[in-house]
Amino acid sequence: MFKEYNPINKLMFQVMDNHGKIIDDKLMPKVTDQRVLKAYKDMLFARTADLQIVNYQRQGRIFTYPPNYGQEVISGATASIIEEKDWLVPAFREMGAMLSKGVTLKELFLLFMGYEEGNAYKNAKKVLPISVPIASQLLHAAGIGYEIKYNKKKELVYAFVGDGGTSEGDFHEAINFAGVWKVPVIFIIQNNQYGISTPVSMQTASESLAIKALAYGVKGIQVDGNDYFAMLKVLQESKKACENGEGPILIEAVTYRKGAHTTSDDPTKYRTKEEEESWHKKDPLDRLNKYLQDKGLWSDKEEEKIIEQFKKEVDRQFIEAENFPEYKPEEIFKYMYSETPQELKDQEHKLMEFYRWKSEKIAQTSKK
Amino acid sequence: MKIMNMVGAINDALDIKLNEDKNVVVFGEDVGVEGGVFRVTEGLQKKYGVDRVFDSPLAESGIVGTAIGMAIAGLRPVVEMQFCGFIYPAMNQIISHASRMRNRSRGQLETPMVIRMPYGGGINALEHHSESMEAMFGHIPGLKVIAPSTPHDAKGMLIAAIESNDTILYMEPKRIYRAIKQEVKTGKFTIELGKANVVTPGNDITVVTFGAMVREVQKAMVMAKEMGISVELIDLRSIYPIDRETIRNSIKKTGRILTVTEGPMSFGLGAEISQIAIEEAFLYLEAPPARVSGYDVIVPLPKGEHHYMQDAYKILYEIERNVKY
Repeated sequence: MFKEYNPINKLMFQVMDNHGKIIDDKLMPKVTDQRVLKAYKDMLFARTADLQIVNYQRQGRIFTYPPNYGQEVISGATASIIEEKDWLVPAFREMGAMLSKGVTLKELFLLFMGYEEGNAYKNAKKVLPISVPIASQLLHAAGIGYEIKYNKKKELVYAFVGDGGTSEGDFHEAINFAGVWKVPVIFIIQNNQYGISTPVSMQTASESLAIKALAYGVKGIQVDGNDYFAMLKVLQESKKACENGEGPILIEAVTYRKGAHTTSDDPTKYRTKEEEESWHKKDPLDRLNKYLQDKGLWSDKEEEKIIEQFKKEVDRQFIEAENFPEYKPEEIFKYMYSETPQELKDQEHKLMEFYRWKSEKIAQTSKK
Repeated sequence: MKIMNMVGAINDALDIKLNEDKNVVVFGEDVGVEGGVFRVTEGLQKKYGVDRVFDSPLAESGIVGTAIGMAIAGLRPVVEMQFCGFIYPAMNQIISHASRMRNRSRGQLETPMVIRMPYGGGINALEHHSESMEAMFGHIPGLKVIAPSTPHDAKGMLIAAIESNDTILYMEPKRIYRAIKQEVKTGKFTIELGKANVVTPGNDITVVTFGAMVREVQKAMVMAKEMGISVELIDLRSIYPIDRETIRNSIKKTGRILTVTEGPMSFGLGAEISQIAIEEAFLYLEAPPARVSGYDVIVPLPKGEHHYMQDAYKILYEIERNVKY
């Protein structure tokens, strides 16, 4: 696959067309109908949650949020292949992959409601927190890859970045380090066409993002990131290559951010309606839905029913997050060092003293 | 005169300089088509074209590094860092080149450029969007660091910064981007860099601050006044170089000094000003110099941010303690 789809050949790997028809059966990944159906439902859950979060944000119940809308298949296919032993190094638009590792929606809600506890995953192992400084997390992925190789473990790292992130120095350093060390890291670029308002054509003069792999001597491939089967197949082949010591791999998953960059962003400033509509036809969930319906594995009725269930579940976890205990002052100091230095204890003490003074002061003023 | 908020005033300053000097170029992430995530550069690309106001690839080191090259070659770049917490990839270019080129070349090469950057907390933002690291930047020899607190100052200081032959970090208090409106002179005017502003004269204690904290101190002053305490408020405007003279003269009058800053406490601006107070007016001090600052912790996410932030009460608390000392 990596030979045929060498980025120099300017081919994008695709298995399913926009109408959910399989282009060539030989290209299909090994996957059971049941697994595909589960993946579809999980992605539908992620989409339901995503759309609902944007509503919560509008109601002022959550702060700035970066939606996944339109990009669910990249995370969804990763969810179908990532194992408990593997590492997930997210950027910030990988909800489905994070949930599959055991991160809960409630935890994601907590983060976007403004609690660091949203990064303290109770049941998820080997997931790094969302990384806001663009592309910086990729170097951590290369480092984790080094540890895996060093200790001869059978683990993989799935690391994410956006198209904008490929312009940062850290992106290039990470692929280069991973290439020199030949470590089992699968770098996945979610090319959703825009870094906030800036189109890919203004990020790079390269033919594609996948072609950057060649400069670092690593395998690269461009894949239709809105095609579940193509995405899964590329990940399966990447996994195999990494297991054979042929890693790292650089995947460019071509997709489209149907929503805004974050809830603070207004895409009408920099995108046309026509462009948005042309991508609408390639919607990743619609395509898989058509495939499943054609095979008689799914129906509109089932979809309606399950979305209703999902909405309730999303709401349940959201309300749980909303009822999270009050943020106590000591928590801002508690996790800074393995052992809190006296200096910091003194600062905490001073803050507590201030709060005592303040409540007295307010009591006095209200008496007047 | 025209009523403006800070976003409008900065936009106006850029507009004036773009119009008057063809060597001025404005670039950064999303500053062109979108007009910046805070809309500070709105409309400028349309007016001056994509060669003069443009979107760069997403790379802060790239933005500052190329600006250095442009400046050496004769342009006057004004670049934007999207948020304070995103400037760190550019630190190498700032510390290793922008602040050194003049000295390194014995004055043969200059880097006249402005790095604009929204800073500070209080806007319920994600991680890396709320920091106030003025002390770190002030500690870089060769760099000038300034921060306005009003639309008027924002305009006059930015024009002065663009006309300066030095590299200037222009810190924009994003919390008050749109919170304060005032009459601002139309057309070009400048405010001398390095000079502090005595915002309100007073007798009992000097409070030195800058940027978004000026407003917080003003709130505290209302409460202090009720307690019979008269505060002299100094807006630094310039973090480096710092205006020793204004600080000295004020302490000689009041005998007390309090600094209010948003950054972490240790090795912060408060400590620097306190040392200046000791050096310049030791015999006039009636109490140890005091400070309100952040704590030595990461700025908490929104639900915990109020524990970190410096509000009117925290300022009043220190004013009261200092005056009673």
